[in-house]
Amino acid sequence: MERPLTKNINQAQPLNLKEYEAVGGYAAVRKVIQGMTPQEVQKVVQDSTLKGRGGAGFNTGMKWSFVPMGPDARHPKYLIANADEMEPGTFKDRLLLEGNPHQLIEGMILSAYAIQADISYIFLRWAYRKAAQLLRKCFAEAYEAGYLGKNILGSGWSLEMYLHTGVGRYICGEETALLNALEGKRATPRAKPPFPQVSGLFGKPTIVNNVETFCCIPHILNNGVEWFKGLSKSEDGGTKIYGVSGKVKRPGAWELPMGVTMRELLEEHAGGMLDGYQFRGALPGGASTDFLTADHLDVKMDFKSVAAAGSRLGTGTMVVLDDATCPVGFVHNLQHFFAQESCGWCTPCREGLPWVEKILLRMEQGRGKTGDIELLEMHSKMLGPGNTFCALAPGAVEPLQSALKYFREDFERHIIEGKCPYHSATEAPKRFSKSMVV
Amino acid sequence: MLSETEIHAIDHEVSLVPYKKAAVIEALKIVQQERGWVSDESVEAIADYLEISAAEVDSVATFYNLIFRRPVGRHVILLCDSISCYVMGYQTLYEALQQQLNVKFGETTADKNFTLLPNACLGCCDHAPALMIGEDLYRDVKVEELEGILKKYV
Ligand SMILES: Cc1cc2nc3c(=O)[nH]c(=O)nc-3n(C[C@H](O)[C@H](O)[C@H](O)COP(=O)(O)O)c2cc1C
Ligand code: SF4
Repeated sequence: MERPLTKNINQAQPLNLKEYEAVGGYAAVRKVIQGMTPQEVQKVVQDSTLKGRGGAGFNTGMKWSFVPMGPDARHPKYLIANADEMEPGTFKDRLLLEGNPHQLIEGMILSAYAIQADISYIFLRWAYRKAAQLLRKCFAEAYEAGYLGKNILGSGWSLEMYLHTGVGRYICGEETALLNALEGKRATPRAKPPFPQVSGLFGKPTIVNNVETFCCIPHILNNGVEWFKGLSKSEDGGTKIYGVSGKVKRPGAWELPMGVTMRELLEEHAGGMLDGYQFRGALPGGASTDFLTADHLDVKMDFKSVAAAGSRLGTGTMVVLDDATCPVGFVHNLQHFFAQESCGWCTPCREGLPWVEKILLRMEQGRGKTGDIELLEMHSKMLGPGNTFCALAPGAVEPLQSALKYFREDFERHIIEGKCPYHSATEAPKRFSKSMVV
Repeated sequence: MLSETEIHAIDHEVSLVPYKKAAVIEALKIVQQERGWVSDESVEAIADYLEISAAEVDSVATFYNLIFRRPVGRHVILLCDSISCYVMGYQTLYEALQQQLNVKFGETTADKNFTLLPNACLGCCDHAPALMIGEDLYRDVKVEELEGILKKYV
């Protein structure tokens, strides 16, 4: 099995420029800049069926094709790597950032060439200190070698690359909010249209892609469309970095063919559940995806199959719910996160999520009321797609609505028994005071 | 008043963006790096320097979790309270931290050495529970290890 993205990963000591070149690194940059037009690069990436790895799963080459090209296009154009990775349960980009930063830089140079960008940013969350250090070092090496900067490899095309470290807010990962953050504003999402491809950072054409998406690009351009498609067990080309966390024997992240089943992931790679615990369900792709249950273990983890099963592939990093963890407490934890991270721009999300959090907390504390389940269902609809300004609130609703479907009895027991059946009243989570914000 | 070091660093950030105002987050980070937190006076100084209103600077400063608008201890402890750490029992760590440091989330120890804050997913869910102290990351943290970890910062 080929593992192009992780084969050269070394967590202890990532490859420096020389070592990276020795395993074929930056060969794609030479090949592409000296022998392909930007449009040709876009076409190859589009044909490869690479879908964005940031969660939404849009065809990457297609996304690029909306960027105005040619002499009339406005410059500077921007290219941004979304390395905000704050979706709870997600830790795949960290692996790529810390394990092989040159691969990301190479992928970004190639992608920037494809849209003829002039300036590129890596938007990195603050907590990834090690990645920040490594990236700065790799930038310097890449500039020194002439892969970045003015007149790259004598092509006449120039590209600057900067690192922006965030100051913490989940919403910064939403691509238009990210643009506002980079412009020094509050990170509230923007209305679309205009789409960033036409009017993005500082009003200029901009592409935002996920770290893992960019890391696929050098391999596609080196090995071709058919090879990339052949890596996959599904109609979405390539491999995918999957992850599993929770009470399993070997939590971790692995690069596998796109479309392995949940069962393979859970049993073969994560080693099954820890002794004494049973599998009850999982969020297949991070906090904002619908639960799947034991009935879905044979579902293939590709965009279409997971959607057909009623959830989303999301980031492909699965969070497991075991039989000793209270599903209501689990969902309360998620809604606490979403309520806290709501940017506050639109009313349903700003007001609705704290309400949902409050209902779940009172259930956990044994103060749930008849009608609370229906109230939660109502909120699930009101916060669903189409009612809010961005996808944060609809994402928040996914684990809630599916928990109400699959673990309804647990919700009912909280109300009927007047306590959380999983822990004693004193152990129930306390509401954190507002003073936690400094 | 901004120090010379701060002004120098802010000038560099301003040179990278199309207009001054776009450097406000960088300016806040620079001031916090120097002073540990961002006071009202610093907000005004940044506003003056970037030629925008103090209210605008503050609206940005208060939006982001890691810009501190109140004094913090010498070391900020960020305890991950997101889902994988919840499943793996961050609550036990929180209780132990409360006992050992005598502070709750949002508070600073009497000796001003530590500020304890909850933090959204630190992105090491396969090594939960996790926490950061300053820039150092600790993973798979066990309650018994906490005392030893905290000692390093005394
Ligand atoms: C609330 C919210 C948070 C997001 N966070 C991230 C993130 O941390 N990283 C990421 O790559 N995409 C994130 N996204 C998705 C981005 O908006 C965007 O779709 C993605 O970066 C595009 O890259 P891709 O096409 O390569 O997937 C988030 C979306 C939403 C609504
Ligand atoms: S849905 Fe929530 S996060 Fe998105 S714009 Fe509205 S308030 Fe902000």
